[in-house]
Amino acid sequence: MGPRMTRSAVKIAAEDGQDLRAAMPPPDSPLAMRGMTVSYGEKPAVFSVDATFPARSMSAIIGPNGAGKSTLLKASLGVIPRLSGEVWVFGKPLAQARDRIAYVPQRASVDWDFPTTVIDVVQMGLYRKVGLLGRLKGLMTAQAQACLDRVGMADFAHRQIGQLSGGQQQRVFLARALAQDADLYLLDEPFAGVDAATERAIVDVLKLLKSEGKAVVAVHHDLSTVRDYFNYVFLINVRRIAEGPAQTAFTAENLNATYGGRLSATHISELTLSGGAA
Amino acid sequence: MGAEFVQFSLTPILIGVLAAIACALPGNFLILRRQALIGDAISHVVLPGIVVAFLLTGTVAAIPMLIGAAAAAIVAVILIEAVKRLGKIEPGAAMGVVFTTLFAGGVLLLEQSDTSNVHLDVEHALMGNLESLIWFRASGWGSLLDPVALASLPPELGRMAVVCLLIVALTLVFWRWLKIATFDEGFARALGIPASALGFGLVITAAIAAVAAFDAVGSIIVIAMFICPPAAARLMTNRLGAQVWWSVGFAILSAVLGYTLAGYGPLWFGSQNAVSAAGMIAAVSGVILGLASLYGPHRSRVGVGRDDAGA
Repeated sequence: MGPRMTRSAVKIAAEDGQDLRAAMPPPDSPLAMRGMTVSYGEKPAVFSVDATFPARSMSAIIGPNGAGKSTLLKASLGVIPRLSGEVWVFGKPLAQARDRIAYVPQRASVDWDFPTTVIDVVQMGLYRKVGLLGRLKGLMTAQAQACLDRVGMADFAHRQIGQLSGGQQQRVFLARALAQDADLYLLDEPFAGVDAATERAIVDVLKLLKSEGKAVVAVHHDLSTVRDYFNYVFLINVRRIAEGPAQTAFTAENLNATYGGRLSATHISELTLSGGAA
Repeated sequence: MGAEFVQFSLTPILIGVLAAIACALPGNFLILRRQALIGDAISHVVLPGIVVAFLLTGTVAAIPMLIGAAAAAIVAVILIEAVKRLGKIEPGAAMGVVFTTLFAGGVLLLEQSDTSNVHLDVEHALMGNLESLIWFRASGWGSLLDPVALASLPPELGRMAVVCLLIVALTLVFWRWLKIATFDEGFARALGIPASALGFGLVITAAIAAVAAFDAVGSIIVIAMFICPPAAARLMTNRLGAQVWWSVGFAILSAVLGYTLAGYGPLWFGSQNAVSAAGMIAAVSGVILGLASLYGPHRSRVGVGRDDAGA
């Protein structure tokens, strides 16, 4: 775990190392960051992280609980403030690339008792097209309905969202991201607490996105499915441990370094050897 | 209902209705954001604000009072945020600490300062003076077309109307932001919506409503109208738009029914004295909330009647 220090000390320490790094990431990387540091208090949650996610791929952010996976994702989107570091989305600063990003927050981060319907939530994904005061045109509502169709929720359009099961809620969130019609999809634990059918449905949608040339980056918990779902992995435990294609970076050595003693040797060898070709 | 109604009841009812709507509109979003208490906090800190304004200016003119109240509300909002972040305390507790402290400070200031010769007391702060906001020059419905009579309308009516219109306009303009950011703040930020500024703006808007309404009707109505009509409305529907309409309807109903009951109710029971209109309006809104939680169509919500088909 990271060292304990004051916020300003974290910031100085994080910025110290920055000039040692290659300045600019490759411009075709859908998401790259340098020196990303986030702190909620004295202890940094993410410390001086560099990352370069590849285009046209499905990437998993992996690490133990409290390793800063979600924090890294949220900070790179500006959802939470970062202490220092820079982010590029397709080689541009975040503010110039928001239209190219779709985001699926953790399902548990919102109040599903909110008075609204499924189709209404999906239409929130059209916000960048509609703006603050623009009117939703017929074409756009048809588009939102089509996104619900893609996640198998077409019949639920006018349901109150509080009546949905966990898996259905997750599908609605994915449909909202699809409505954003983006080139980079960022998902925060999309498979947490969902049923097997929903997990398969979500993976199918994500793999289709990848085959269309889009990039997918997901915070992922279940190590047993990493090899099946993702072709690129990013291992983090406050600091960056390793990143690379799943074939070469999802190794026993890297998992040991990321999880410390928390995974047994036999478990690790099962994960890294038995994983099928994705 | 003729001349007497226009002269004695029309303007207080209108002011009550406008105040109720101005508070109920932001109340909808405060409740959904689990910030309902902020209305309570703001209406309490208004007291030290007006006392300090009086001590500084020596008058009880409306404008310095309103500025003092608004300044106190902003100070309170900043203090609540500071206590929350620095003390790492949950929002409800932070509000509780700040508003009770400031209100107590206001009471002490009021006791120590020489305000005995002016109309500035705790009872006024709580109850307002809705019944006294009569239209003195009115002689009947015809006065609505009489410029001389119109000029003598209580100034509270104009102020409350302006504030109410402003809040209606803000709610309409920022509707989409408010909806997205209230439901899913993280998603709103990812879209580039300035969620922090929006949240602060909402609280400031609530403060403006509270201060304007406080001047006319006292803080009891403010506290009740921030919470009761929106909370009752939530039990009537599962759509945000419909909820806001219901809340406006309940706010109007509370004001009209409350004022009528306060003025005429005691007479029906043989009593000579009317009761406080502000208190009765707040009580009516509470009864509406009670009825909605007993009979509202959407009172059983999360976890009840969940449909897992297809999951």
